[in-house]
Formats: sequence, structure tokens, C-alpha cells
Amino acid sequence: MDAIILQILNGLDKGSAYALIALGLTLIFGTLGVVNFAHGALFMIGAFCAVTVQKLVTLSFEEVDPTRTDFLGNPLKVQMPYVDALFGPSAGEFLINWSVPLAIVLAIPVMLVVGITMERGLIKHFYKRPHAEQILVTFGLAIVLQEIVRYFFGANPIPTGAPSAFAGPMDIGAILGFTPGTVIYPYWRFVYFIFSAIVIGGVFAFLQFTTFGMVVRAGMNDRETVGLLGINIDRRFTIMFGIAAVVAGMAGVMYAPILSPNFHMGMDFLVLSFVVVVVGGMGSLPGAVAAGFLLGILQSFASMNEVKSLIPGIDQVIIYLVAIIVLLTRPRGLMGRRGVMEE
Amino acid sequence: MLGLSRKDTGFLIAVICLTLATPIFLQPFPETSSLAQFNAGYPDLMQRFAIYGIFVMGFNILFGLTGYLSFGHAAFLGVGSYSVVWMYKLLDYNVLPGLVLAVIMSGIFALFIGFVSLRRSGIYFSILTLAFAQMSYNLAYSVFTPLTNGETGLQVYLNDPQVLMSEGAPTSPHLFGLVMNESAKVAVGDWIFTFNVGYYFTAIIAILVFYLSLRIFRSPFGMILRAIKTNRNRLNYAGINTKPYMLTAFVISGMYAGLAGGLLAAMDPLTGAQRMQWTASGEVVLMAILGGAGTMMGPILGAGFIKYFENIFSKINESVLHQWFGWMPDGVQDFVIGVVSPFVGEGWHLTLGLLFMVVVIFLPGGIVQGALLVVGMFRRRNGHDGPKKQESASSAAQPAE
Repeated sequence: MDAIILQILNGLDKGSAYALIALGLTLIFGTLGVVNFAHGALFMIGAFCAVTVQKLVTLSFEEVDPTRTDFLGNPLKVQMPYVDALFGPSAGEFLINWSVPLAIVLAIPVMLVVGITMERGLIKHFYKRPHAEQILVTFGLAIVLQEIVRYFFGANPIPTGAPSAFAGPMDIGAILGFTPGTVIYPYWRFVYFIFSAIVIGGVFAFLQFTTFGMVVRAGMNDRETVGLLGINIDRRFTIMFGIAAVVAGMAGVMYAPILSPNFHMGMDFLVLSFVVVVVGGMGSLPGAVAAGFLLGILQSFASMNEVKSLIPGIDQVIIYLVAIIVLLTRPRGLMGRRGVMEE
Repeated sequence: MLGLSRKDTGFLIAVICLTLATPIFLQPFPETSSLAQFNAGYPDLMQRFAIYGIFVMGFNILFGLTGYLSFGHAAFLGVGSYSVVWMYKLLDYNVLPGLVLAVIMSGIFALFIGFVSLRRSGIYFSILTLAFAQMSYNLAYSVFTPLTNGETGLQVYLNDPQVLMSEGAPTSPHLFGLVMNESAKVAVGDWIFTFNVGYYFTAIIAILVFYLSLRIFRSPFGMILRAIKTNRNRLNYAGINTKPYMLTAFVISGMYAGLAGGLLAAMDPLTGAQRMQWTASGEVVLMAILGGAGTMMGPILGAGFIKYFENIFSKINESVLHQWFGWMPDGVQDFVIGVVSPFVGEGWHLTLGLLFMVVVIFLPGGIVQGALLVVGMFRRRNGHDGPKKQESASSAAQPAE
């Protein structure tokens, strides 16, 4: 029992990331009808927002500490972060420690601007062109974005720590009433799951309970009629693109402590996220979320030793295998709507 | 001649001449000049031109004719490479049995993947092929380690059986004694031309399969494939079952890829799973689009272009730039180098990405369409009359072969 719970928990954090990216992809596909291969790059840019904030708050200058001396007896030179000097040591310490969650504050406007620029500057011209060309141009854009990031941050992964309060492991087994020490789970992964649940809930609530969301949903069903009613649906769809970019960016920011950001992480996630979207059903938001968690959890079950000894190599291929089976037996995906991207 | 129209015969002869003369015209700068680093006439790169030309030719039969975008073609490349290295291990270093096996194995593999993937179309087809390729890649790293030697990569060891190996036989890939990595260097003045056995071997195979794909493009079979791209439903209504045609195209295209993979191993007797990774599949898509998918020559040009970029453009570093812009005043020089350096050397991917975007946005027909546009412009400027103008305009809008 505890082993099963542990595997489910292990699957949750990857599943959350898949679900968040797939949700953004589906939002874009459902509203604008565009297949966005650059969505992984948005996730990556989000992660690098966290890196940037961490670099900014740890920017420091050299200062002589009169109270301490080095081994030669001279006054010791220490690295003094600017934030410590500006806000005092305790506030500075807090900023440095919490740089990753704080990066969300930076990431939201950045991703909104990046997303809307992308939509207005490039994607807008591709509404009417075939899906293959949309895939190709966004694929090119993804290459460009990741090379720009590599130019500024280098090719090596940059470790980005979680706040020390959430850095260690937590004993979920003890909380749930199992023997303590059986279900150990890193704190930050749990935070990531909670965070993604909140974001996903937020997006759904936004679409369900606001007028803006209602108009967007109407537009997803019948764009022309909504346009004829005198509503500027294009502008709302552009904003939805921005929101999808923000979702991907926030997913990236919070993922930075789990996986040290590198410039090609977006592509790695993108391939799997596309599989997730297709399994969930193109254009179905609940499908994307469900398939994201499902595949994440399945993957972690497949990497259990018992399963691996039964079917060798299953952990490597489970996601693709599921995708192939789903596509062949349920062509629309798990929750796909009729008539979306069929033939 | 050979079942081709007069125009195509001329085209084929031109291609043959260009291919055979490649070692000469890729070496335009004398060894002593500072531009010598732009010479691409060394064996390794020329072999790659020919091999990736074959790879993209095969991809073009599928994508160019039918419009089905496969994101998993690298799997066949990998299968081909592994087959050839296995033949080295079991028989001897003769490349021929390996290449035959590579084509057969990749054909069988393509038959299976195609049979399943072609049940869907559009983006679902792309995702299915991607899923199969990634599965092969992951399995090659894990379960199939006895077959693929995992992360180390497959290579020939001393204790391999090599049953046909005789005393004094070459210990590197050869074709009945013709060793692949042997080459003759000819110096003409300051120019040094390298004529490599391996290059000519790949080039002759490339010409043969080019002829084959030319025939496919011109055949009734090619016509059906084009019709599938235009409107598959209508073909179905006309009573034509498109499935066997698609599958045949997929298998042929997979066999081309297998042959290319086999040749990669024939030039360099080792291989690894990274040849199957999806980035390699993405690369062939880039090549086809950049050159102009659906045209005969375009994808091959695209392959040459990307390989040239990868090997030559990536070598330009800051010291080379300083050498080039040395004549400028210091401030300007630093500024120019600052602007240029992100795009060259390690940043060549950035240039490639930008170029690719420009091509997709403005020239969906690729380099070939661009060339036709330029030709059309010149014709108009030279004062040709109306009908010709229209002809060049329409040929630019829809690049023919």
C-alpha cells in the first residue's frame, strides 16, 4: 500500500508539469487552432526567469568585514549581496532564500509580454495556413528561443535551489498513518503539485465563472457567431495565448528546483507534452489535465523494480506505448471532442 | 533515355556531373588563402552530403509527395547503421552484405511502423511516428543493449567472429578490397583536391537512388501520391484505396533512410543510439523544408546547406572574425564582431533557426522557390512578353520539379 502511494506521489510532480504544459497547448489549440511547437520553449523561459531572479538577488560586491580576519590576520573580504546592503541582512537573506517563488512575480509579466508578442508578431499570420506549416514555424521559433537562452546562460544546467523551508524531504507516511520512514517525499515536489493544482483550478475557474471566460468558451465553440455578435474575439484569443504562456512560464519557474534549468529542457518536455495532449484529446482541457497526471503516474509505476523485472524496459516506453494504444483504439483521444482535427 | 523524358535526362546528367565533380568545385579557395576554411572538399563532409542527400530524398518521397509529416524517420537511420555494424561483426568488413541487410531490415521496420501509424493522418500521424522512434531510441539504450551495446555504441571488437575474415583483408570498411577511407590527393597549383573512395561509393549509390526517386516522381504511382496530398477523400470516392499506396511510399522512404544509415556506418564502422533520437528526425524535416519539399533537387540542396553550416559555419570563432574585420577602426570592429559573433561558431543553430523561420514564413517552397523567384525577376527585367511572365509567376507560386 505504501509503495503504491509512493509511486503515485512520484508520478504527481512530473504529471503536474505535463498537465500544465498540455493545458497551455490545448488552450492555444482550442482557441486559435494553432499547433504551438514553441510551447516547450515558453516553459524553458519560465525556468530561466527563476535563474535570472536568483542571479539578480545574489549579485554582490566585495566588502571588508572588520570583525573577522583571514588566516594572515588581515581583515577578511566577504561577498556582500546588494540586497543585504539595501534591505538589511534579514530581509536580504529572505529574498535570496525565496528567490524561486518570488520569480513568479517576474515571470507573469515577462511571459504575458512574450506570449502576446509571439501571437501578434508571428502566430497571427499562420491561422489560415496548414497545421504542418504552423508546426514548422513554431519549431523554428523554439530553436531560436533556446539558442538565445543558451547565448546568455550557457549550455550547462544551472542549479536553482528551493527555499530552505521546503528543501528537505517530508515524511508523508507518518502523516497518513503508515510506519514512519516508509513514504518519504521531497517537500518541494509536494509544493509543486499543490501549486499546479491551484493554477489548473484557477484557469478552469477563470473560464467557467467570468464573463471573459464565457466569451472565450463561446468563441472556442463557434468563433464566427461570437464575432457577428460584435465581440472582438481575436483580442480575447490573443490574451488567452498570453495566459497560456503564463501558465507554461509558471510551470517552468516552479520546476527549476526539481530539474536544474538547461537550454534544451523545453524540447524534452514538449515532445512528451504533445503526446499528453494527443492522448487527452486535441482541444479538450480536462482531457489534457487528466492525461498529464495519468501518464506521469503510469511512468512512475512502470519504473518500479517489480514491474521492470516483469517487463524489461517498460519504464522507457510506457508513455509512447499508451499513446499508440490510445490513438489506435480511441482516435479522438480520451476526452476529445467530435470533429476536432479529424482527417 | 532510361525511361525519362528529354528534360529529365538532361537533369539527371547534370546531377551526375555535379556529383562526380563535387571534390573539385567544393574546393574553390587555394590552401594558402585565408578563405581556405570555407573549403568543404574533405572526404568526411562530402560523404555526409551524399548520405544525408539519400536520407532526405527518401523523406521527400513521403513528405514531399503525400504531405504526411513523419517525425520519426531517424529510427530507420539507426536500424540501418546497426545492421551494417552487425554484419561487420559477424562476417567481415565488406560493406555490401551490411547495406543489403540495412535496406531489408529498415524496410521490415518501416512496414510495421507504417502499417500502424498510417491508420491516422495529420498531427496524429506525426505523433505516432515520433512515439515509435522515441520508443526505439529508448529501447536501444536499455533493453536492447545486447543488440545495440547501449550507451557505448556498437563497434567491432577483436573477439568478434568475423567468419569471412581472411588473412590480409582490410581491417576497415571496404568493398571487395576497395578501402573506403583511402583517398588520392591531387595538387593543382595552390589547390589540393581529395578524391576519396568512400565518397565516390556513396555518390554512385546516391545517383542510383536519385534516378529511382526521379522515376517514382514521374510514375503513375507518384501521381497517386500527389493526389493523396491534394485530396485523399476524393480519391477514396473515386474507388481508389489509398492505404497500400501510402504504405508503399512509407516503406520506400524508410528503406532510403536505412540505406543512408547503413552508409554512415560504412564510412565509419561504429554507431550509437543517438542516431535515432528525435532531434535527428527533426533535422531531416529542416533539410526538406529549407530546400523545398516536393521538388526533386530542393531537399538535397537543403541537406547540403545544413551539413555545410554544421561543419564549416560553426568553425568561425572570434579570432577568425578579428582577422576578417581587422581593417576596420577599433571601435567599429568591436561593435561589428559583437553583433556578428552570436550568430556564428557555436551559435550557428541560431542562424539556422532564424533562416528556417524566414523560409517557412516567406518561402514555403524553400530554396528552390527562392531561386525560381529570382530567375523570374531576371526574365521580367530582360523584357520578355506577357505570357512568359505569367508562366514564370505560376512556376514560382507552385514550384515544379
